[in-house]
Amino acid sequence: MRRESTLVGRTVSKTIKYIVCIFLAILSIMPFWIMMMNATRGTYEIQQNSISLLPSTYLISNFKVFEGKAFNPMVGFKNSLIIAGGATVLGIYFSCLTAYALVAYQWRLRQPFFTFIMAVLMIPAQVSGIGFYQFMYRIGWTNSYFPLILPAIAAPAMVFFMRQYLLGALSIDIVNSARIDGANEFYIFNRIVLPIMKPAMATQAIFAFVGSWNNLFMPMILLTDKAKYTMPIMVSLLRGDIYKTEFGAVYLGLTLTVLPLFVVYFALSKYIIAGVALGSMKE
Amino acid sequence: MGPKKLKSVSYAKYGYIFSIPFVLAFLIFTAYPIFYTAVIGFTDLKGLGKTDFKFLENPLQNFEAVWKNPSFQKSLENTAIIWICNFIPQILLALLLTAWFTNQRQKLRCQGAFKVLFYMPNIITAATIAILFNTLFGYPMGPVNDLFQMLGIADGPTEFLRDKWTAKGIISFIQFWMWYGQTMIVLIAGVLGINPALFEAAEIDGATSRQVFFHITLPSLRTIMLFTLVTSLIGGMQMFDIPKLFLNGGPDSATLTVSVFIYNQAFSGSYLYNRAAAASMILFVIIAILSGILFYLLRDKDAGKLKKQMRELKKPRRQQGGQRHET
Repeated sequence: MRRESTLVGRTVSKTIKYIVCIFLAILSIMPFWIMMMNATRGTYEIQQNSISLLPSTYLISNFKVFEGKAFNPMVGFKNSLIIAGGATVLGIYFSCLTAYALVAYQWRLRQPFFTFIMAVLMIPAQVSGIGFYQFMYRIGWTNSYFPLILPAIAAPAMVFFMRQYLLGALSIDIVNSARIDGANEFYIFNRIVLPIMKPAMATQAIFAFVGSWNNLFMPMILLTDKAKYTMPIMVSLLRGDIYKTEFGAVYLGLTLTVLPLFVVYFALSKYIIAGVALGSMKE
Repeated sequence: MGPKKLKSVSYAKYGYIFSIPFVLAFLIFTAYPIFYTAVIGFTDLKGLGKTDFKFLENPLQNFEAVWKNPSFQKSLENTAIIWICNFIPQILLALLLTAWFTNQRQKLRCQGAFKVLFYMPNIITAATIAILFNTLFGYPMGPVNDLFQMLGIADGPTEFLRDKWTAKGIISFIQFWMWYGQTMIVLIAGVLGINPALFEAAEIDGATSRQVFFHITLPSLRTIMLFTLVTSLIGGMQMFDIPKLFLNGGPDSATLTVSVFIYNQAFSGSYLYNRAAAASMILFVIIAILSGILFYLLRDKDAGKLKKQMRELKKPRRQQGGQRHET
């Protein structure tokens, strides 16, 4: 009797768990699904019923709404690609270099420097915005990509992650034998250490890229030239009055900004989830 | 002989050389702008395109003006409310899911797929999500209105975005929806890091799933949860993209956060860089104090525990030593 009731109880609890998980999964998908379906539907269709699980045939005509308007997904895509790509490459390379300095060499300020990195890890980025803007305005770097790319050289969180990885992966014997062969330190770092760090670089590259791609605050205050706008600024244009009645076009615009991220996410989701889990081991 | 000779060559200078790019970039792009922001807070710098400034006679004038500004007070209150309404449900749901996903006796299938889907909103551009939700909650025609009428929850269309608390609630929900997956993955990783011997021992002692969760899993996750709390707090206090693009701080400043306030002060109206800088510094101090308190709580307890354990370890040894001396 008792065994049976616990068995029933277990089945019920398991069913509840699945229902909750499936509900949450639908909650994740639904907004984007409605968005993508409405991107292919006409304004009249959307006004009649704004939820549809199936696409329609107005994709091209929705696309034509963007012609001659400030919202230009291609330009936004290109600009964001340059900025996020540049920031990712610089961030990865110099974080590896800094981590290598922290792991491979015995120098007096090593420990204080590491403590310093841990301390600045928590500095909120936005509080320096006004000074940053004024500084860049003075040296004529507004509407330039440099202030959006170069700060990536100092990425404390990434240095920390690379250091943790390097502590486990680097064997000082390899470095020493390269030294005996006469290799200089720069050569050793570029040719021997960097290849060892490939897995850590891949994980961090995804997060660095997505973080830079999604950034709104800094590009919004620095870039005033429409030809330089990044994807998130392009998105913000969709709030404008010209799109108040073009529902299909708004949904299409949003979809275009999300599509590249979806492709990256579903292609690399395994590594991304593993990376999030790894990032938690900060203690 | 060989290795000894190798050690005598000092490579220490490369430690410094390889750290130079990081230090330079940090000084130029983080340290100096913070310092500069602080300086601007004491000046009369305002007006589009202006960079010249004079220090004010009353150095704290901007700080006083911002602190007494009803909009700023409102923005602080809004930021706190939105953050709390997002964080509490977020951590509770993440804990519940963690308990389910790590339950050894009742394994759920498709965990990988669920994780991928729960985490997905986190990676999507916040700007896009803000405008998407603005459109979804449209009035009188909008998917949420249509859904509510379809399910019979509402008779006619509701103007969601006109109501102050609904607007705040939706922003809290968006934050919650974007972050609970991330928190869950972090907590699950934390559980997997717990010594399996603890769970085995509990199993042998006949502990129920609930007992295991509350007496082993939860206490072991304390550090990770406090870390999540701190990072979420620092991020939450700077919340910008979603409140800015969802309703631009409206209706009637109900979703005006501190960062949106700072942005609006500096980059619209009369371009009050000095006031915005003062507000930034106030925000910086608030974040520093709050994280300081949390870190103090986090470190103190662990360090205290460790000290206690060390003392307990030392005590018997000392006694033994004493006894040995006596004999």
